[in-house]
Amino acid sequence: MSSAVVTPPQPGQPLTKKALVADHPTWCPGCGDFAVLASFYRVLEKLQYPHEKIVTFAGIGCSSRFPYFVNTHGGHFIHGRALPFAAGISLGNDDLHVFVFGGDGDGFSIGGNHLTHTARKNIRITYVIMDNSVYGLTKKQTSPTSPVGFKSKTDPTGAVDQPINPMRTLLNSGATFVARSHATQVNHMTDMMLRAARHDGFSVVEILSECVEFFEGAFDAANPRKGGNWVVIEEKKNDGSPEDAKRHDVTDEVAAFKLASLAWPGAFGVFYENKSRKTKNALEADLITRARERTKGASDLAVLQATFAKLR
Amino acid sequence: MVSPNSPETPGGAAAAPRATRPIKDVVIRLAGNSQDGIQAVGGFLARLAGRSEQDVMTYMTIPSTISGGPSIFQVRMGTGDILSAGDRADMLVAFYQHSYDAHIGSLRPGGVLLYDSDHVKPAEGDHRFTAVACPITTGTVEAVGGTAKDKGKNIFVLGLIARIFDLDVEKLSALIKERFGGKHEDVVRNALLAFDAGYAWPQNNLRDLFYRFEAIEEAVARTGHPQITLDGNSAVAYGLIAAGVRHGAGYPITPWSSIMEILRSELPKYGGIFVQCEDEIASISTALGFSYTGGVAITGSAGPGLSLKMEALSWATMAEMPLIVVNVQRGGPSTGMPTNVEQSDLMQAIWGSHGDTPRVVLAPKNVEDCFYITMEAVRIAKEYSTPVIILTDQALSSRIEAFDEPDLAKIMVDPKVDRSERPADFKPYPLDRLTQHAPAGTKMASGRYPTVTGLEHDEHGHPTGSPKLHQQMNAKRREKIKALAATLPAPELSGDSAGEVLLVTWGSNWGPAREALARVRAAGVKAGHMHLRHVHPLPNGLEQTFSRYHKIVVAELNDEGVYGFGQFTTMLRARYAMPNIVSVCKTDGLTFKVSEIVAGISRHVESTELEATLGVARQSALAQR
Repeated sequence: MSSAVVTPPQPGQPLTKKALVADHPTWCPGCGDFAVLASFYRVLEKLQYPHEKIVTFAGIGCSSRFPYFVNTHGGHFIHGRALPFAAGISLGNDDLHVFVFGGDGDGFSIGGNHLTHTARKNIRITYVIMDNSVYGLTKKQTSPTSPVGFKSKTDPTGAVDQPINPMRTLLNSGATFVARSHATQVNHMTDMMLRAARHDGFSVVEILSECVEFFEGAFDAANPRKGGNWVVIEEKKNDGSPEDAKRHDVTDEVAAFKLASLAWPGAFGVFYENKSRKTKNALEADLITRARERTKGASDLAVLQATFAKLR
Repeated sequence: MVSPNSPETPGGAAAAPRATRPIKDVVIRLAGNSQDGIQAVGGFLARLAGRSEQDVMTYMTIPSTISGGPSIFQVRMGTGDILSAGDRADMLVAFYQHSYDAHIGSLRPGGVLLYDSDHVKPAEGDHRFTAVACPITTGTVEAVGGTAKDKGKNIFVLGLIARIFDLDVEKLSALIKERFGGKHEDVVRNALLAFDAGYAWPQNNLRDLFYRFEAIEEAVARTGHPQITLDGNSAVAYGLIAAGVRHGAGYPITPWSSIMEILRSELPKYGGIFVQCEDEIASISTALGFSYTGGVAITGSAGPGLSLKMEALSWATMAEMPLIVVNVQRGGPSTGMPTNVEQSDLMQAIWGSHGDTPRVVLAPKNVEDCFYITMEAVRIAKEYSTPVIILTDQALSSRIEAFDEPDLAKIMVDPKVDRSERPADFKPYPLDRLTQHAPAGTKMASGRYPTVTGLEHDEHGHPTGSPKLHQQMNAKRREKIKALAATLPAPELSGDSAGEVLLVTWGSNWGPAREALARVRAAGVKAGHMHLRHVHPLPNGLEQTFSRYHKIVVAELNDEGVYGFGQFTTMLRARYAMPNIVSVCKTDGLTFKVSEIVAGISRHVESTELEATLGVARQSALAQR
């Protein structure tokens, strides 16, 4: 398994799931994360990026084991800090396609500050949050998205703290692509991840992914097979039809906030998309271009020699 | 009025010749408020010394308040090797009464007190010093006129000093023009007016007190290189660039911030990026992400920030990711004394964090070394695929020194990243050789892509719970640091190669220790001095050197601790199990004075004689048993 040599796709041959699978996932049977992984293989098959240019990174948690199960460049960092690490990857080599996977603890609790700042800087990264509303790897403690009343080992009589609203948090941070999906809706989930990957900027997809071991039925309210209500956001088509007026304009931030404020389980789909804001990748490239115009493209050696001459 | 800048009366030629006294070096302390621009005067003097092939060293304190407050700048310049900023000043320039009150004690008896008679009233009947009353404020206002008020006092004082010490007026004027050149032409004109007024004042008001540095020609012959003059933080920043570092991330904290400021504005010229992050943890994480794309990236901080970076630093050890962490030490713990010097982060640099994390820790000895040790750190980080910590300190960070301009054409490193396809047998964590990662973006001939990870892993980077593999990988991470130790050169050893006492220092104590050694030996004590730049791992073979001396006295700027030994001393005692390794410690927030080290040694030398007596007592005790 770990030592098996995978046949690399020959030049001109498409990148398929066969070349993308790695270690067998260690998740519990029935975990929602399996479906996310399967969808991600489909996303990569559709995108057809050069294999070596794909990077899969994660922090700590059940979902953060993800990079071991995908055969791409990647790694497993520390709890909550995958985003700033990924920022270094994205800014360090602009050719790469950087995907970060994590859970609700990683993203909204220990890494909350990083989420805010990566979003406001609009660094070109696709971030998939597999939200199970519980700490699974440490065996059932309250998470930042656990609902009030949820009984866990740290709240045996039921959680008392108000949970985070992920969509509102992301919108408020200035993320330029914000979407939400459900691990039981494979086609929808694939579509959301695909659009996030194609977005030029910081794109986030929150996927409700059930932990069958510690929070069974957490997302049944949005699962029609469990009697729930699956509400998909209808996006504006700008076709002038009367029904189009009622559809959601993904560029309208205020409308996105209203959608994000719907009662549980809320709506699914693209809440917000801003294609006009420049990425930090582009802004830093501009700084380099301007600096090099001033130095007239002098060599590194010549630039430092000129600096030292001024220090004489 | 004599004006050195006016063509009618060039130089001091119009002046009647005065008796000048030759001097080897001089320590001038300027004491005023931080908004008076005394740092600028210190900077001019330092740069002038550098351009005149004189040796120079400065020392400054900046208040940690937001604006204003007392501030000093001490400059020592001369024609020999200048190793420390000087214990006591030969000349004190006091701008205010509080400057006089606070610093008169630092002036040596017989020294010159030059004070602003508009603000300062010195103690009556104090004949220890030669007091010179100069109306610095009114002199400046008269010279500059207009609305500038007393702005320019600093340049007036520069003129005074230039005349008294016969400094090169042409070079100083050029420096003033360079410094203010980007501003309005009035600014340059006013500065030169203030300078001329200051320069003229001694001519008409002082009978003697004129000096000249001796044997400058000899100093020129010594080097033959142009000198550059800069502070330690700048030297680190340019050392990183010369070593090929093109990416970094940081968060502002005193006294590290100026390194990130320089890198933020300089790196784009080299196609690089420096990111200001939301916090210390994000900074090291982003820097590690940069390193993962192929170069060696840099992050840095001061003590509190280094503590925050610890978890990620251990990841770097586990994942074997190259990284440079610059830690500019300041007074701790906690916010402590943020604008003062201390060497109290040694233990956290070497041992801080969870798990077994063998690290590399280097400490520069002076400003020039800030440049070269940084280049060495990058080489080590790359070759051994490991984080390297550079422990500098507040004194080095702001001190200005002149040194030979590095031969960049010879030493500059190409930052090119190797993204060539890796062969089919590539392993990210081979047990039989050093790790060299395949940067993200590299094609893998095997079709199998590597994972970098903080979980214990096998050679391919896959997680493992195997006790055997954990031991093997721990050994691998340890042995590579031991392999590095075997390549380290023997540390600098000066003075007697055997004798009563070996003075041991690390970091910025090198200069005062060198002077202290000279004094101790002049007093008839057989003594040597060993200075360590590689503080972890230690170079091999130190025990042989140590065994040639009765006492090993380690001078370091940290507390003697619960057991009576400083941090480096504690480590040396643990490493060599030699009870004659002792400490001279202090934590007053200032660099060592030469006299403090000498006094510290003399305490232990006295106990050397005691040791002989104790030795006899012990032998008889053994005989009785």
